[in-house]
Amino acid sequence: MAFILSFAALIPLDSLGHYIHWGWVEISVANFIIIVLMIATFIAAIAAPFPGRRRRKENR
Amino acid sequence: MSSSEIERQWTTRLRHRVEGKLPPEKMLPDTQPNYVSSWIYVFGVATMSALFVVIATGCILALRGPQWWHGSAYGHFINSLHLWSVEIFFFSMVVHLWGKFAMAAWRGGRALTWMTGVITFLASVATAFTGYVSQSNFDSQWISTQAKDGINATGAGAYFNVLNLGQMLMWHIVLLPLAAVVLTALHIVLVRIKGVVPPFEENPVVENAEVTQ
Repeated sequence: MAFILSFAALIPLDSLGHYIHWGWVEISVANFIIIVLMIATFIAAIAAPFPGRRRRKENR
Repeated sequence: MSSSEIERQWTTRLRHRVEGKLPPEKMLPDTQPNYVSSWIYVFGVATMSALFVVIATGCILALRGPQWWHGSAYGHFINSLHLWSVEIFFFSMVVHLWGKFAMAAWRGGRALTWMTGVITFLASVATAFTGYVSQSNFDSQWISTQAKDGINATGAGAYFNVLNLGQMLMWHIVLLPLAAVVLTALHIVLVRIKGVVPPFEENPVVENAEVTQ
């Protein structure tokens, strides 16, 4: 429980949100992190080897 | 009843059509093509699994009501599960969308599969929005008052009043989930009928290309 509370304390939900301003672009840090994670997941999904694929190729 | 009359019945014709387009071995296949063994093909199923959790937790929230999901630890937990399964649903759906866009998954007569996916995405965005304005807290009040001007500017405000909690809740728990589930089912059936889109050919044959020697 203490671990969960200390982890939750890393993200202050009671304060104002943080925003990134870049010219006319304005995005919350939370949304920016989600988009970066989606792009990273997309690249990893293409690049990472799929379990069992090598074995299947060898069997062919 | 003669056999010709039986053949003319809509039930008989529909059965023949379903049997032809989607035989049982296509509906529930034993194997998939080798190219499907990539992580990029996992995100469609991940989206569907997240949708299952969204609906299951939504049903529990509907059974117990707002006082419970705002005021008890177990209610908070189910409420959070509902929120986070929605986050995973959209996360997976966007990665699935990017993957399918990159492989031009509308090829080979799969335009309807692509379009049902597009409409499911839009219906899901509307479902999520009505969920945010149905939380019955200060957050939902803030979102609905901010959204009303945008909705009114489109002219839809007379029919879709974001300040009307009862209307938004009905859209969120009846109409839009029904649309999302029916569209998802149709999308999956179309994937089964047409099969998973194959990768691009490594050396495609260019039609009408001039060959110089």
